[in-house]
Amino acid sequence: MTDKPRLTALRLHKALYPIWRNDPGWKGILTTVNNNTIGGMFIMGATGMFLVGGILAMLIRAQLASPNSAFMGPEVYNQIFTMHGTIMMFLFAIPFFEALTIILLPGMLGTRDLAFPRLGAFAFWCYMIGSTSMIVALLAGVAPDGGWFMYPPLSSSAYSPGINTDIWLLGISFIEISAISAAVEIVVSVLRYRAAGMSLDKLPIFAWYMLVVAVMILTAFPPMILGSLILELERAFDMPFFQAEHGGDSLLWQHLFWLFGHPEVYIIFLPAAGVVSMILPVMARTTLLGYGWVVTAAISLAVLSFGLWVHHMFTTGIPHMGLAFFSAVSTLVAVPTGVQIFAWIGTLWKGRPELHLPMLWILGFFVTFVMGGLTGVMVAMVPFDWQAHDTYFVVAHLHYVLIGGYVFPMIAGVYYWLPVLSGRKRFFRMGETAFWLVMVGFHGTFLLLHWAGLLGMRRRVDTIEAGSGWELINLLASISGFILAIGFALVVLDVAVNAVVAVRCRRNPWNAGTLEWATPIPGPAYNVASIPVISSRYPLYDNPDLPVQIARGEGFLGTPIRNRRETLAVSVSRAEPEFIAVFPHNSIIPFAMAVVTSIVFLAPVFKWWWLMFAAAAGVTVLALCWVWQGGSRQDEGLLDAGRGLSLPTHAEVPYPPGWWGTLFLLLANSVLFGSLLFGYAFLWTVAPNWPPPAILQPGFWGPVLAIGGGAFASGGIRLADRAIRNEGASWLGLLASLAGLAGLGAGAWTIFAGTTYNAHAYDATLWVIAGYVTFHAGLAGLMVLFLTARIQAGFISARRCGDARVVQLWIDYAVLVAGLGLGAAWLPGWLP
Amino acid sequence: MVIGGITPLMLAGCEERVSAVHPAGPAADIIATLWWVMLAGATAIFLLVTILLVLAFRRGGGPSGEAADIRRETVWIKGLGLGFTMAVLAALTVWGLWIGERLLPRPGPDVVAVEAEGRQWVWRFTYPDAPGRMTEDELHIPASRPIDVHITSTDVIHSFWVPRLAGKLDAIPGHVNVLRIEAWEPGEYAGFSAEFSGTGYRRHTFTVIAHEAAAWNAFLAGEMP
Repeated sequence: MTDKPRLTALRLHKALYPIWRNDPGWKGILTTVNNNTIGGMFIMGATGMFLVGGILAMLIRAQLASPNSAFMGPEVYNQIFTMHGTIMMFLFAIPFFEALTIILLPGMLGTRDLAFPRLGAFAFWCYMIGSTSMIVALLAGVAPDGGWFMYPPLSSSAYSPGINTDIWLLGISFIEISAISAAVEIVVSVLRYRAAGMSLDKLPIFAWYMLVVAVMILTAFPPMILGSLILELERAFDMPFFQAEHGGDSLLWQHLFWLFGHPEVYIIFLPAAGVVSMILPVMARTTLLGYGWVVTAAISLAVLSFGLWVHHMFTTGIPHMGLAFFSAVSTLVAVPTGVQIFAWIGTLWKGRPELHLPMLWILGFFVTFVMGGLTGVMVAMVPFDWQAHDTYFVVAHLHYVLIGGYVFPMIAGVYYWLPVLSGRKRFFRMGETAFWLVMVGFHGTFLLLHWAGLLGMRRRVDTIEAGSGWELINLLASISGFILAIGFALVVLDVAVNAVVAVRCRRNPWNAGTLEWATPIPGPAYNVASIPVISSRYPLYDNPDLPVQIARGEGFLGTPIRNRRETLAVSVSRAEPEFIAVFPHNSIIPFAMAVVTSIVFLAPVFKWWWLMFAAAAGVTVLALCWVWQGGSRQDEGLLDAGRGLSLPTHAEVPYPPGWWGTLFLLLANSVLFGSLLFGYAFLWTVAPNWPPPAILQPGFWGPVLAIGGGAFASGGIRLADRAIRNEGASWLGLLASLAGLAGLGAGAWTIFAGTTYNAHAYDATLWVIAGYVTFHAGLAGLMVLFLTARIQAGFISARRCGDARVVQLWIDYAVLVAGLGLGAAWLPGWLP
Repeated sequence: MVIGGITPLMLAGCEERVSAVHPAGPAADIIATLWWVMLAGATAIFLLVTILLVLAFRRGGGPSGEAADIRRETVWIKGLGLGFTMAVLAALTVWGLWIGERLLPRPGPDVVAVEAEGRQWVWRFTYPDAPGRMTEDELHIPASRPIDVHITSTDVIHSFWVPRLAGKLDAIPGHVNVLRIEAWEPGEYAGFSAEFSGTGYRRHTFTVIAHEAAAWNAFLAGEMP
């Protein structure tokens, strides 16, 4: 490769390890930002939640085993099934694949960590605190009890007084902050942090799937967060978004919820499909058939999944023409699924499949998921859904899809990557027994429940009645359910025992071709000793010596001379080296920020508004400390990146990683805002009791302030940006943009003055729009002040202008939402 | 598969009062037919996939190389993945929509209108043909005539469902939804609320009583049959 003398692998390890390692002792857990440590804790937390959700499932099956059961009354049973669904969807399924991704992705991409290590830590701590609060609520007997989709008016304060519903709305929103943080991190990592030469067509297929999934999280979760926010506003302040008599509509919640809820199903399925696409070719000793087709299928699945939320609402009285569209899309979504299934079977035919344990689980996945997919097509047929909706047919269908389509592949993945996770290979052989117990238990539980549903058994009934014809099926399901639980418990035990005490294994025991098998196992804190250059989808098949070359530092950044955490950032599509990203050190800030953020979300449960505002101020301070830490006070110029290449650091490129992170955060934010405008239009056109009794008159000053403010804000920051790049004085531009943002806020403020927040759904919606605009104007203003302080402190120069670009993005966003939001609010008043 | 095999056995022993697959009216009948056809089709597809999976383990690896892979993509992805799934789904979707159209409440000379109002946890039924008449948890209808049930709610969301007669439709505050039902024969048919509504959800049930023409006229005239 090169004639220059190189460090040996061991000496390189000894140089890198002190730079990348966690703080020693317990403190290390709280301050770690390392993907391996965080991913490990994340995966254990999610597994814990799976066990809790499983125990609740057992309580459900115990209740339904015999007719007229006296085991639980409806008050308790309603909490149990609500929490079972909530935990499995929000606290197990999503966090578990995120955890697996956080651990595996840097290795697969051949880089040293994910793009925003502190954001990953923040996501984990938000998740841990949020799920712990939900479990505490369950143990205290105040768990949510309205079903996992929380339909108002049942979940409104009139029919659900008490804090149960508030805990759900606020707790889940808080945990979704975690999911969105992880999604931003995953998107930017896949796009910018890869081995040199790993162009988009050479991405490991799992990374493609996770890129798609992360973008879906950013676009699917915001409608639900908005829904939770306005339902909480209704509960706390009586703003009537969902009350028909005041112009609200309970159907709005269903739209917002399922706009999230259906993509959510694919958000859960696609990571599993990614796992299958990674493992199955290795098990068949070949490569994936139709890589391009599979990527296209994943992307089309993602796009289509946003067009079929209404298939959860076939029984709400939507006109049949509308249903026809959503029914067609719902069946269309089965096409990319079919493409993937047949691509996998074709891959098996192409190779020589071997029946290792991961392959067994994948076969279990095929059988179960195909059945779940077929029943899914059945319920996509509108007339059949009119019968099957809200019965045990749907319960059985969704368990086939979620357990068969998600849990089984994830178990396959855990067994397959066990050497990467723990450095050990399987020694104890409980896994096969566990597999067969799960298979028998699963189909025994759920197959006949389809039939119970057709015999009229509604989901969520708290007991079955004697003489209903469902007794035998339910008894069988309960017995099988316990077999299933024993099987899953055995899987967890088997994995735990093998991870802790089994024999160490050599690198790459499956003889796979992707980069996560190129590092020592388990992965060291820095993941790769140097960043490799690759030229195909399966670099280890091309070059079996690659692991040794990486370890010897023959890739990029193989000589850690600057004593800080560095990795390589590449161009998006062709993966050419672009700059050196400098990562933050261990920090307590993510943990502290998660704790304070949790107070922002939990204080309103008890209506402690002062505490909420105090905590929000705390979050602001911590966030400022967080972003203050990055950057440099002098220009470093081009630095040696190894292999004869010199690159700048991320502080000296015009669009640093923080700008990319902001861009994707704003994508999520804009979907939230779009959902708000959708809600406004929906209420105006569909809800009863519209138009409202009084319509806001825009007047003169509001629009003038808003338009002038927008022009000053956007123009001012551009002026400042130009001044920074020309080493001139930026204060004039900064001042202009600050004044402009104040004008924007004042323009929005006229809406508060002209309406009464709880008079009608119209007024309530206008308040939320004006509040959203004011919030963003204030946030952007704070950023301008922050930028001013950074300039004063010497962090900004003509080369180091990335911060100004980030602030410019936020200002432009604030101006955009002000234009659209205030325009929509004033429009009816302007119309004759 | 197993469902199909076990069905006759389950049918023999079970209580049929609440079953969607024991239709007692045209709407439920069409949907039950749809179900049986879909079950047969799904079983066939499932067997096909299973057989393909099993066969993958029987044979050694096929030829390798770019040309072989292109051939495989044509067979597996374009043929089975795209062609096969799209053909099956297109046929099914068109049929499903056609059925859905037939089930819509269209105006006609014999159509009888009734009103259903759900609340926690009672159903109140009123009859435009007999003003002032109100029954609780009992819906009276004439047999062999199409009925349009105008469904709404006064509190939370409920759903009106008589499995042997038709599919379900939600009762939503502020909205009125119209469901077409019809019973072939006079008799009693169990009805449920099928949207979770809190602690009284399980007991939120009602009975549809279908009358012969004479008894229906008597009911309208004010005699409780």
